[in-house]
Amino acid sequence: MTGLPEVHPNKAFGWAAIDTSGVLSPFKFSTRGTGEKDVAFKVLYCGICHSDLHMIKNDWGTSIYPLVPGHEVVGEVTEVGSKVQKFKVGDRVGVGCMVGSCHSCDNCTNNLENYCPKMIFTYGAKYYDGTVTYGGCSNTMVVDEHFVVGIPENLPLDAAAPLLCAGITVYSPLRFYGLDKPGLHVGVVGLGGLGHLAVKFAKAMGTKVTVISTSPSKQKEALENLGADSFLVSRVQDQLRAAIGTFDGIVTVSAQHPLLPLLGLLKSHGKLVVLGVPEKPLELPAFPLIQGRKLVGGSMIGGMKETQEMIDFAAEHGIKADTEVIAMDYVNAAMDRLLKGDVKYRFVIDTH
Amino acid sequence: MSTTAEEGKQQKAFGWAATDQSGTLSPFNFSRRENGDEDVTLKILYCGVCHSDLHVLKNEWGFTSYPVVPGHEIVGVATKVGKNVTKFRVGDRVGVGVLVGSCKTCECCQQDLENYCPQIIFTFNSYNPDGTKTYGGYSDMIVVDQRYVLRFPDNLPLDAGAPLLCAGITVYSSMKYYGMTEAGKHLGVAGLGGLGHVAVKIAKAFGLKVTVISSSLDKESEAINRLGADSFLLSSDPAKMKSAIGSMDYILDTVSAAHPLLPLLSVLKVNGKLVTVGLPNKPLELPVFPLVFGRKLVGGSDVGGMKETQEMLDFCAKHNIAADIELIRIDEINTAMERLAKSDVRYRFVIDVGNSLSQ
Repeated sequence: MTGLPEVHPNKAFGWAAIDTSGVLSPFKFSTRGTGEKDVAFKVLYCGICHSDLHMIKNDWGTSIYPLVPGHEVVGEVTEVGSKVQKFKVGDRVGVGCMVGSCHSCDNCTNNLENYCPKMIFTYGAKYYDGTVTYGGCSNTMVVDEHFVVGIPENLPLDAAAPLLCAGITVYSPLRFYGLDKPGLHVGVVGLGGLGHLAVKFAKAMGTKVTVISTSPSKQKEALENLGADSFLVSRVQDQLRAAIGTFDGIVTVSAQHPLLPLLGLLKSHGKLVVLGVPEKPLELPAFPLIQGRKLVGGSMIGGMKETQEMIDFAAEHGIKADTEVIAMDYVNAAMDRLLKGDVKYRFVIDTH
Repeated sequence: MSTTAEEGKQQKAFGWAATDQSGTLSPFNFSRRENGDEDVTLKILYCGVCHSDLHVLKNEWGFTSYPVVPGHEIVGVATKVGKNVTKFRVGDRVGVGVLVGSCKTCECCQQDLENYCPQIIFTFNSYNPDGTKTYGGYSDMIVVDQRYVLRFPDNLPLDAGAPLLCAGITVYSSMKYYGMTEAGKHLGVAGLGGLGHVAVKIAKAFGLKVTVISSSLDKESEAINRLGADSFLLSSDPAKMKSAIGSMDYILDTVSAAHPLLPLLSVLKVNGKLVTVGLPNKPLELPVFPLVFGRKLVGGSDVGGMKETQEMLDFCAKHNIAADIELIRIDEINTAMERLAKSDVRYRFVIDVGNSLSQ
């Protein structure tokens, strides 16, 4: 087991990657004392996001090792600081992708902490005190109250965990781009961790949902399990042609799908929302954009206020992620399977 | 001089047309329909020269049907009105822009968005329901359904106002649709040509702070001293571009040549909007990273519906906005096209049709 010299007063234990192989192994570290605005909690479940896979292997070049991943974290409060108002010991709470921001810029004052230039990621980032943040693949966390959300009783904790990144990542753009009105026709490209939740949220908002996929293999799943209204195989020219100009909006999680066919599927004034980031720029034909007054927009997670709103919406509408719960020591095998897309649709580690 | 075989129960018309991909224009006899019950006939006085005219003349977009008479920034005087025409009288100052027909029944038409109707009929290089071709404003007269005719406000000069019918509405509609009109916000106008210079004027009238973004340093003085922009950003200077990162709420991209989007996207603040109206004929390179990490968007927009075009003309009349033009005779059009191809015009050629077009 690897460990760090203890810079903080409380012992903590997790699994960390120590180099770009990305292999995780047991790791001892420490968490800070519970400050006056902090919430300390025992981690019960942690979802595995594809970003975790990129980070443990340093795909983006920003990783700090040892790296304890995990930013879809749920647990039970064990201690609260003297100025904490929203939570008490025993509460069910969650933490997503952020644990800090500047609190003073335009974005922060507009509940858009996720776009703050000084936003602090839940793991692999430098906290205000200069120490490195460690994520939810661990047994305990201490987080500023501002970045903690409450999980309602009727949401099972394991199925709620993925909402903290995947859920908010699809909920926020559906609202922001106005694709949340009953009767609109929304397409979802890519049926994985994000995509399956996009279908559920969009349906709950009253839209008609079509899953767009390159293969027919997920059709039964999409229609029977996830509740999509229809399924379009984008490689079948007849299906594609028949669907031209029929979508009010399309949310694409897939990073590599060419944009031109998707733009063609949109009605005039339609919106294409991209959530996946490909390595190279995409080709954007300007004519269809101009002639149909269409737009391509992006989005990244959501602010804290909206994240809580999303959790409450999910609780109200019974929206849960479809998960495969695993033990912590299965995590490396899970990462290998995730790389191949072999999961329906999120691994969630039972950390206790 | 060439003629068409489409005469018969139509009336004679005369203009200048291109007959092949050289795009060279020459005198041309053709015909237009007789004035129907819903129609207004215009004697054409002026016609603006839009860069789209040049693209179509040379078949750069691949769908030109020769012979083609371009011109969709048309102003003139009504000489006939059909018996069902209520909005116009003989003698009225009127204009015709980019479209002369649509289906009138689809959702777009019902929402005053005729310009997005899938069955739109363009003012030139398009086909009427009866199969005849449409010819544009480089001609002596035109017959148009009253729905697609605009009333030209009294205090708007006819010659300098003509370019508003395409350039003006393109800028105005895109700014309104994308919510880029909030006073005090910062708009970047990329490209200073026919569209760009009108964008600066309209944006200032909305109370925006305006920065012209251009790769030509010699446009700085023009932009600030003549057009009233607040500042100038030299896009070819990496240091200047770096210091402008995250400084603009919106960018209106009027550049028609292919160009990289990443530098412009970087200049936008979080939640910023880049609206492209320049019709580049090659795909743009879209870096997705800034869209996702900054919740930015790239949208397009294309002229405007009839109601909004009238609203734009009235807005421009109220704020004394007209284009900066170079008036030319019809027989100078080919030279003008060569100069336009090199962007050698401040900022729109307008053909003095009334005084220079004759058989």
